[in-house]
Amino acid sequence: MSGVLASMIDGVLVGAVYGLAAMGLSLIWGVMDVINLTHGAMIALGMFCMYLLFAATGINAYLLLLPTIGFGLVIGIVVYWMAVHWVVGRSMLMSLLSTFAVNMMIIGIGTAVWSTSPYNVNFVLTGITIGAYTFTGNHIAAAISAVVIALAMQFFLYRTRTGKAIRAVADNREAAELMGISTTAVLSIAFAIGIALACTSGALVATLFPFTILSGAVYQLKSFVVTILAGLGKPFGALVAGVLLGLLEGVVTPFIAVSWIPLIEFALFVVVLVAFPQGIFGKRATT
Amino acid sequence: MILRRPFFWIILLIAAGFTYAPLHGNNVSLREDLILIAIAIILASNLNLMIGYTGYVNFGHIVFYGLGGYVGLYLTTVRAWNLVLSALVAGVVVSVCAFMFGLAILRLRGAYFALATIGILQAVQAFVSNFDPWGRSTGMYLSFNSYQSLGGARRALWITYFLIVAVMALSMIVSLVIKNSKFGLGLFAIREDEDAAVVLGVNATLYKAIIYSVSAFLPAVAGALMFFKNGMIDPSIAFEYMLSLEGIVMLMLGGQGSVIGAALGGTLYEKLRSYLLTSPVLSNFHLVIAGGLLLIVVLFAPGGLIGWAYRLVPSARKVIE
Repeated sequence: MSGVLASMIDGVLVGAVYGLAAMGLSLIWGVMDVINLTHGAMIALGMFCMYLLFAATGINAYLLLLPTIGFGLVIGIVVYWMAVHWVVGRSMLMSLLSTFAVNMMIIGIGTAVWSTSPYNVNFVLTGITIGAYTFTGNHIAAAISAVVIALAMQFFLYRTRTGKAIRAVADNREAAELMGISTTAVLSIAFAIGIALACTSGALVATLFPFTILSGAVYQLKSFVVTILAGLGKPFGALVAGVLLGLLEGVVTPFIAVSWIPLIEFALFVVVLVAFPQGIFGKRATT
Repeated sequence: MILRRPFFWIILLIAAGFTYAPLHGNNVSLREDLILIAIAIILASNLNLMIGYTGYVNFGHIVFYGLGGYVGLYLTTVRAWNLVLSALVAGVVVSVCAFMFGLAILRLRGAYFALATIGILQAVQAFVSNFDPWGRSTGMYLSFNSYQSLGGARRALWITYFLIVAVMALSMIVSLVIKNSKFGLGLFAIREDEDAAVVLGVNATLYKAIIYSVSAFLPAVAGALMFFKNGMIDPSIAFEYMLSLEGIVMLMLGGQGSVIGAALGGTLYEKLRSYLLTSPVLSNFHLVIAGGLLLIVVLFAPGGLIGWAYRLVPSARKVIE
């Protein structure tokens, strides 16, 4: 029984990282009504960013999150002007396909450079041992980092001028424009922040598990599930829903093979979409 | 009447060309090239029913092809059924699954559906990789006896080829028939404005579930034939994510919404891909080039090659659909 409890705690820790990834997806989706299909590729880029930085410097991997955030912001701005700006406001089909095309290009370049063989970041923090179980330091540090970044995000969105502008644009783009907010600037900033969150969560995952350039797809699916659970435009809800998903994984992993997990997540995704179209924490209707 | 449409006869001509060309001089390497093009056309045409006609992206279209391959190979190998019968049964089984599933999932609108299709691919792959009767992740192999009933391996491969060409022609005919039917008009209405279509009496959920299951049938049959020809199947080749993505590139390149556009895109992309894969410099970057191509089409020419041709020669719409 205590084995299950340990697995649950571990699930919660990893779930915080899922939540951070989903926050990036949810922010972009909520603000500009674009489903960012580069999300998985960006998570993978974050993993490799962490890998390369750690290989180059060898310092505490969690300090390397700061340059990763900067890297994500830059890539985000580039991708926004390359593929997203032109399709904002056009039909959903077009933005799905254009972000998807960028996703293919990133995965293609990544496969050519790093192949699809696994990598890992060889950084270990001492864990905490309770009875027969040890919680690795990396899982704890990753969860703490995720929560800190999520809180910073919450503060940014609700307490700063730029954050308020982002929320205003998400609510009503025309009205925000009439109030003198430059929507193009706001959209590009929001997109860059969303990408930076994806990269950062990828970097955190890289400190926990081995990864390949294709690993992003797994976390992309988890991000979709979490975003749907939380409801759109609820950044903090995404963190809570991520923890819930991690908890669920923690509960089921002692009993079934890991390869079944995508099936369970998918079932959850469909059930939530059909039963709670506005998300479990959502109130306002989404289209 | 479908027989009065000139494009119907063009489709038959294309199919006749596919049949005759490799037979002439018993050209096996040409046959192998054409079979890949035929598969590309089948996938792109059926994807067109969803993306081009209904405006719903299906990122997991390859699921139908792979599942069809599994059911087909299971029936021909384990149950020792005849090839044509097993391919048809594979098609029916997959399409019925798609219909049942479609009724549930197609309540979801637009983007949510697109996300669900990404999940379907991963979920089905996870299921098949854990499913004992289908050999889990090692897959299944065809017993050589299955070729005997068709008169030896050499003849069996030719028969499979002709069947695949027939499925290709049928895919294009189905697209043409739907395009010119009342049902097709309902789909176009959903694509343009789903709320308005519902108000005007189109049963959107039912229409979407039907077209989802129709778009599953022929790819599943093709999958059963193709994996019979290859003689083996495993989850990574059956549900090759790349092929699912490339199907979308083919369709957008040729021109979504147009029957010949899907076929043209399939042919051109398949040619391009075999060139890229054999080129020593570019083989690593074929995904990048495919992605770049898709981005350019989406941003600058959403109608694809055919959309561009229609603008040049507007009267072409009447003959080439």
